[in-house]
Amino acid sequence: MSDRVRGFVLFGIVAVLLLGTGFVQSWNSALLILNMGLVSAVMALGVNLQWGFAGLFNVGVMGFVALGGLATVLVSMPPVSAAWSAGAGRLFLALALAVAVIAAAVLCWKRLRKGVRGWVVALLLIAGFFAFRAVFDPAVALIEAIDPATTGYLGGLGLPVVLAWPVGGLLAAGVAWMIGKVALGLRSDYLAIATLGIAEIIIAVIKNEDWLARGVKNVIGLPRPMPYEIDLQNDAGFVQSAASLGFDATTASTLYVKLGYGVMFAVVLVLLLVLAQLALKSPWGRMMRAIRDNETAARAMGKDVTRRHLQIFVLGSAICGIAGAMMTTLDGQLTPGTYQPLRYTFLVWVMVIVGGSGNNFGSVLGGFLIWFLWVQVEPMGQAAMTLITAGMADGSWLKGHLLDSVQHMRLLTMGVILLLVLRFSPRGLLPER
Amino acid sequence: MEFLNGLVALANFVLIPAVAYGAQLALGALGVTLIYGILRFSNFAHGDTMAFGTMCTILATWWLQSLGVSLGPLPTALLAIPFGIAGCAALILLTDRVVYRFYRRQKVKPMIMVIVSMGVMFIYNGVTRFIIGTEDQNFADGERFLIGAREFKALTGLDEGLAIRTTQAITVVTALIVVAALFWFLNRTRTGKSMRAYSDNEDLALLSGINPERVVMVTWLIVAALATIAGVLYGLDKSFKPFTYFQLLLPIFAAAIVGGLGSPLGAIAGGFVIAFSEVGITYAWKKVLGYWLPDTLAPDGLVQLMSTDYKFAVSFVILLIVLLFRPTGLFKGKSV
Repeated sequence: MSDRVRGFVLFGIVAVLLLGTGFVQSWNSALLILNMGLVSAVMALGVNLQWGFAGLFNVGVMGFVALGGLATVLVSMPPVSAAWSAGAGRLFLALALAVAVIAAAVLCWKRLRKGVRGWVVALLLIAGFFAFRAVFDPAVALIEAIDPATTGYLGGLGLPVVLAWPVGGLLAAGVAWMIGKVALGLRSDYLAIATLGIAEIIIAVIKNEDWLARGVKNVIGLPRPMPYEIDLQNDAGFVQSAASLGFDATTASTLYVKLGYGVMFAVVLVLLLVLAQLALKSPWGRMMRAIRDNETAARAMGKDVTRRHLQIFVLGSAICGIAGAMMTTLDGQLTPGTYQPLRYTFLVWVMVIVGGSGNNFGSVLGGFLIWFLWVQVEPMGQAAMTLITAGMADGSWLKGHLLDSVQHMRLLTMGVILLLVLRFSPRGLLPER
Repeated sequence: MEFLNGLVALANFVLIPAVAYGAQLALGALGVTLIYGILRFSNFAHGDTMAFGTMCTILATWWLQSLGVSLGPLPTALLAIPFGIAGCAALILLTDRVVYRFYRRQKVKPMIMVIVSMGVMFIYNGVTRFIIGTEDQNFADGERFLIGAREFKALTGLDEGLAIRTTQAITVVTALIVVAALFWFLNRTRTGKSMRAYSDNEDLALLSGINPERVVMVTWLIVAALATIAGVLYGLDKSFKPFTYFQLLLPIFAAAIVGGLGSPLGAIAGGFVIAFSEVGITYAWKKVLGYWLPDTLAPDGLVQLMSTDYKFAVSFVILLIVLLFRPTGLFKGKSV
């Protein structure tokens, strides 16, 4: 089977799975899976760019996804003017101070003599830290005191929410640049641990800095690019056209909104896929793969490996940021407590490896397929477990335990799928060409 | 008196918890570092290995408790540890046989091994949650305190109390025994020496007739024991929750890398460096400074450098500093 046919067949299987969900369960669940599948595919594209093209082991995907979510809040929520007048000036002063201290420390490190510089930099950083806290803490207290039950944060810029997608990418790219600058010189598994840590730190910051995005109090009711279902149901014109197609108003409105999201996400995915494909086939893409396959040889050919790594690290992280912003837009809320590495980092890795690292279409396929399984393993497991326990006495301890534990089947299944693919088809379902 | 009170407060809130936590991290980091030295990859499944071993121990503890067995003032879990180690070792050896051995024979790149360990991590995670659920499990029993804050105050007449929990004392004592046994094994026994030889130079070790499969098996057995003991001690001291164990991966790796991957001594040092900085930076120093500084200088705020939620940030920053200025760690580790 040629690669092209193989690709068509596999994508066909995904389509059949989604259609099957539509017919057997409901079209709403099918569209829900499709939408998150699109978002997952974008995330997988980002990771594939880093791992598949360049061999960078980034296990901090969760952090960049969360940054995208943060961007959604910062862009789309209306500003809280009371909080702005209360403490924003002071807050930004504190942040500027922090940047200035770090810049000064870097400068000292570069300019001063070897013997003294360690002490000077340490002293500067410690003094700077306390100065920063002295300015920063009161500002935060002022902002968080403004109506903490509903706001207690600075709010956003009140711009259209779709704008948050590129902004999310930029935010993620900025942070990735800073991390990459420090960590990319390190060995591959050190980079892995470093990115794992930075993701946890980003989540910790979003959880704890209430002035930024309300922390664990969550920001709900984000503006939506699509109309609310209830408004559609009250719109006579919509109800009429739905009726003419044979739908009742409630179903039609939910499907309409989900389809709308689906179309928007699909546009982003196709755009990024085309770009990634062009990049892969360009001299730049060939250079990246050459660096991945033999760093020393590439360096001997005069390629600046560290710079190229930084470049692709930033690009890949930006794509994860875009996906994160899309996901938060779809959810309509930012809930920092729900970001878990297994779901947002390692699951994306499963998608890339299963789909086929180094192949953009493979990553997209992996995104859809693994997301479908992630959602559907639970009902399937439930059915299987009901069958297994059918013979046991009702109310027995084991039966109850087994039925309750079904929800943990999905982690197990993901691990088994990953290991099976690595063993029997190590280059993934759609191997790199 | 003021000074002594400050010292006691410091010991109570910083030194003792940090020593216990450091010992737990050190045991975890020893496991990571051994796998790195012998099998030459960073094992992402280590946190979940600890969780699985601890879970086996908890199940055995419950069984022992139901039989009415107890250690009196000591937690029953200490008796159950051998069962936990056995369970954990069985799982790990099975994993090695089914999963890792295939890739070892193929001599795949270390990064592929890391991805494989990611798959194993998913499976262990699922199995643990499947069997015991995601809830907190508190399985410490027996005497709660070796010395309580009130007794200490009555004994010494100081204003500050010093409480040493039984679990903290057990952690330190157990860790000392385990580390001593491990070093004796690595330095004095034939198998231990062959392990070190294999870690230093694989080809030379193979030439001199060392059986690699045996070395690998012994390594996994030791890792199972270390992971289970570290997990049980952590669980006794705090509580057992699968997700927390997964998150322990970061400080454990930080400890192993700070010490120098592949160096057992470094893992121990790294564990304590990480633990002391985490506790020290997230502790509110108001009380201690209030005793030590003259009244005019006494601080108004909490003097907490960072909120406790940022403890990951602490291990991470130390990791970065060490990596930037001393890339092979405090004790010279190896690099693949």
